Amino acid sequence: MADVRTAVAGQADPVVVGAREPYGPRPRPVLSRRNIIVYGTLTIVALYYLMPLYVMIVTSLKGMPEIRFGNVFAPPVEITFEPWVKAWATACTGLNCDGLSRGFWNSVRITIPSVIISILIASVNGYALANWRFKGANIFFTILIVGAFIPYQVMIYPIVIILREMGVYGTLTGLVIVHTIFGMPINTLLFRNYFASVPEELFKAARVDGAGFWAIYFRIMLPMSLPIFVVSMIIQVTGIWNDFLFGVVYTRPETYPMTVQLNNIVNSVQGVKEYNVNMAATLLTGLVPLVIYFISGKLFVRGIAAGAVKG
Amino acid sequence: MANDAPGRPNSLFRNLNAKIASIPMIFTALVVFVGGTVWTVVYSFTNSRLLPRLQFVGLDQYERLWSTPRWLASIENLMIYGVLSLIFSLTIGFVLAALLDQKIRFESVFRTIILYPFALSFIVTGLVWQWLLNPDFGVQHLVRSAGWESFTFNPLYDQSIVIYGILIAALWQGTGLVMCLMLAGLRGIDEDIWKAARVDGIPMWKTYLFIVIPMMRPVFVTTLVIIASGIVRVYDLVVAQTSGGPGHASEVPAKYVYDYMFSAQNLGQGFAASTMMLVTVMIVVVPWAYLEFGGRNKRG
Repeated sequence: MADVRTAVAGQADPVVVGAREPYGPRPRPVLSRRNIIVYGTLTIVALYYLMPLYVMIVTSLKGMPEIRFGNVFAPPVEITFEPWVKAWATACTGLNCDGLSRGFWNSVRITIPSVIISILIASVNGYALANWRFKGANIFFTILIVGAFIPYQVMIYPIVIILREMGVYGTLTGLVIVHTIFGMPINTLLFRNYFASVPEELFKAARVDGAGFWAIYFRIMLPMSLPIFVVSMIIQVTGIWNDFLFGVVYTRPETYPMTVQLNNIVNSVQGVKEYNVNMAATLLTGLVPLVIYFISGKLFVRGIAAGAVKG
Repeated sequence: MANDAPGRPNSLFRNLNAKIASIPMIFTALVVFVGGTVWTVVYSFTNSRLLPRLQFVGLDQYERLWSTPRWLASIENLMIYGVLSLIFSLTIGFVLAALLDQKIRFESVFRTIILYPFALSFIVTGLVWQWLLNPDFGVQHLVRSAGWESFTFNPLYDQSIVIYGILIAALWQGTGLVMCLMLAGLRGIDEDIWKAARVDGIPMWKTYLFIVIPMMRPVFVTTLVIIASGIVRVYDLVVAQTSGGPGHASEVPAKYVYDYMFSAQNLGQGFAASTMMLVTVMIVVVPWAYLEFGGRNKRG
């Protein structure tokens, strides 16, 4: 559709010239009203969306006196990295004062095993659902997808009981299990749809050659599906890193993930509020998903679209 | 493919590897999702306090719930927040998607910028906006120091408008997602539709309003379901931005559930409140699932 419009804007195309314009005067190459409206609006919107990130960055580089007397948008007169150091190493949460570093490493220790285990399980689930459907498999899958919409609050307490029975309540292992469970619906869906799109002949040929369930999974499906593993990884890493609710429910203060610790640092009631340290801490916590986002680009979009496009 | 042969003595062992591999899924589906939900609903009819106890008290918890001012405030907030965030995120998301769909240059730059907040957690979002809306340093201070002394925009400390402060942050975080979903929907519209509309001399806004949007009904419905189930869950954002304050002015149901389960040691109330959340979600999701799956069967 836009082809038509650009064609009109560019050379005079005899067929389309007769047609009426969508709106406004006949577009001129660059500064047409349409272009001004489109680019103008988008630029303003983009600036608005960037503004909080900008404010976070400049605030975290200012000293407290400068924050008290300046405004939030002003760039720092004197750049200082002290707030970053303090946020990382010495900011206080309740009893301990070793900054966000503790939360960061906890989050790393939570995220890595959670991502690996949840993706492995989800991919095997998707593979079984796509290629080895057994009786009743679809019922479980439907429950899984419907279950994705159940508010977590409904299942929080029963899971506390399950984890307590298993003896892992309050440990990182427990939290890894929880992330595996709640990452299962979307990732299973993702893998099921992907494996279902693999030509069946490939699967049948392997069967004829005598390959079984695991052989086909590891030697054919897994090597073929790297892109979808990456998409799934993006979903899981950002999702688990950003999680707050499970972190606060299923861990103890010494194993709190970064988000929980960040909230405790910023919203703690004691002491003088150090906004620069707070913003440095906030940025530090947002850094991991942001880096993933900017590196992954199109794949991130594919990941979130996967959540929307149902199989 | 291996199909089960009913009646054969070894049917349980057919396809055994797939069944073993699916144990985590079966466990999650049956024990956690179904079992956990049923468990919570059942215990919402008991008077459990510190520990879950099977002492049924009928609808007492629900009666108490609906006569607790804090719960009523939570529901009111959720309604305001939910309706407005649906309207705004769908509208803004669609308009942005339509703008991006004009075969413009730098499309991916704009898209990347508008979507990046979605990668951030609600905690980060809440804390940034807490800072931006800070009355002494943020937007209000800025406008006042620019000369407009009487300017007042202090949502986080004003009980009557605090929920709008949260809405602003939520829209910043989530509109990018809606835009991306809408953009995918727009890209799925046949070019011929546009050509036909142009030949008929239909203005662009009319083409969008009366042709494209009706054609995108499934995209809108899916987006609506995704946003709606997110709205009911909203928790971290409120905790980070306002901690439910000032007073109880920005409480939401999810926070009520958490506080009663883990701080107030009143499990029964927590279960009843979470069951109400479940009911809310089901009102949205069940008709959608019904339409979606029913529709697919008809389409074949």
